[in-house]
Amino acid sequence: MSLKTEVSFTLNGRAVQVTVPVDMNVLTMLRDELNMTGTKYACGEGECGACTVDVDGETINSCLMYAVDCEGRAITTIEGLRTADGLDPMQKAFVDHGAIQCGFCMPGMIMQAKHLVAKNPNMTDDDLRRGLEGNVCRCTGYYKVFDAVKDVVRGTAEAAE
Amino acid sequence: MESITQPGIEAYEAPASIADAVQVLARGDVTVLAGGTDLTVQVDAGRITYGKTLMNIRRIAELQGVSEAGGRISIGALTTVTNILDDDALAQSVPVLRATADRFASMQIRNAATIGGNLVNASPAGDMIVPLLLLDADVELASWRDGAVSTRSVALKDFFTGPGKTVRADNELLTRVTFAKPAAGFAARFEKSGPRPALEISTVSAGVAGTLENGVLSNVRVVLGAVAPTPLRAAKAEAALEGKTLDGDTIAAGAAAACDDCTPIDDVRASAWYRHHLVRVFMERLLTDVAEN
Repeated sequence: MSLKTEVSFTLNGRAVQVTVPVDMNVLTMLRDELNMTGTKYACGEGECGACTVDVDGETINSCLMYAVDCEGRAITTIEGLRTADGLDPMQKAFVDHGAIQCGFCMPGMIMQAKHLVAKNPNMTDDDLRRGLEGNVCRCTGYYKVFDAVKDVVRGTAEAAE
Repeated sequence: MESITQPGIEAYEAPASIADAVQVLARGDVTVLAGGTDLTVQVDAGRITYGKTLMNIRRIAELQGVSEAGGRISIGALTTVTNILDDDALAQSVPVLRATADRFASMQIRNAATIGGNLVNASPAGDMIVPLLLLDADVELASWRDGAVSTRSVALKDFFTGPGKTVRADNELLTRVTFAKPAAGFAARFEKSGPRPALEISTVSAGVAGTLENGVLSNVRVVLGAVAPTPLRAAKAEAALEGKTLDGDTIAAGAAAACDDCTPIDDVRASAWYRHHLVRVFMERLLTDVAEN
């Protein structure tokens, strides 16, 4: 039985307090302790990106981050993107382009794609491909994913004009 | 049975200062957590067993960031690979660090992985080690002694003793890596290999640095990764290149000498023969690039 400790942080805009084993990773905490199952477990070693979440404005593999390290931080998961107005523009673009086959990699893809647009609203196609290097889709659906993100990039650029 | 021999973690510490951290280390049997990208994987693979204390050092502000003073650049242990990639001033003075960071894993890993972790993890294939060896960097190790923080500096080339092994004592914390700001005319290049551009554990990595004046290369440093138990400074290659006109013959001699410097193994990622081949190709490519630019 591992030692447990309490962590307090912000999850999708809400204050959360949870007691976790000190060696538990963020992904397991989200899925098993907080019932936030939108974030997916696949490889468990940082190769596939299915577990990507946003921590204080940077995306990370939640399977590699320790839950105890969430203390005081702000975490955003796929569940946090939906607003009162409905889906986030990135989610909507993925739906509109049918950028989904089995869908398992999508929560991580969308979190990473949102981070890329936020970090660099003027990204090139190469920036986009490089930025999604850490997200694996085994249905090989990358082209529709690229099209969806490019739509959002164009929309963001137009809105800025 | 396992629960008897491995009692698990008994204490969790998240110190806010180096002084507090080294006092925790002084208790002994401490596992240090930084970005977590290697620790998780190594624990899951059974290569690391947790000590009695898990110490998260990510709250220590003193370990963050890049600074410059007295002609030396200091990179704090908690500086992430993304921090290095995004630092325009650092890229201006040391382009090879950005070039290497750009080839490191994926963005999600770069956002978490720290420079200190990449050094202490001491993988023979650790990418950030190569440019730091080219820069003749030193690492600073802090420990608690006689009621105060004591530090010592170790040349990075003497830091690694084997795969996953360094001269860092159990009671020491790697706090930063420092190196002299390169003088004008200093050129440094990095190359790595793997079947795909992203998330690749280097099959071979190589770095070349020196000052090129009137076609003559001096102050030569050659570094090879993933071809020996530790990343290494290639002494024979450096000797073959030092003070020579960097022409085709010199480049061929340097590349051949580099092959003599390394002792690659056959493993799951490549054969020793192929690694030797890559060393020669990379050396020729890097030296030609230095000569032409």
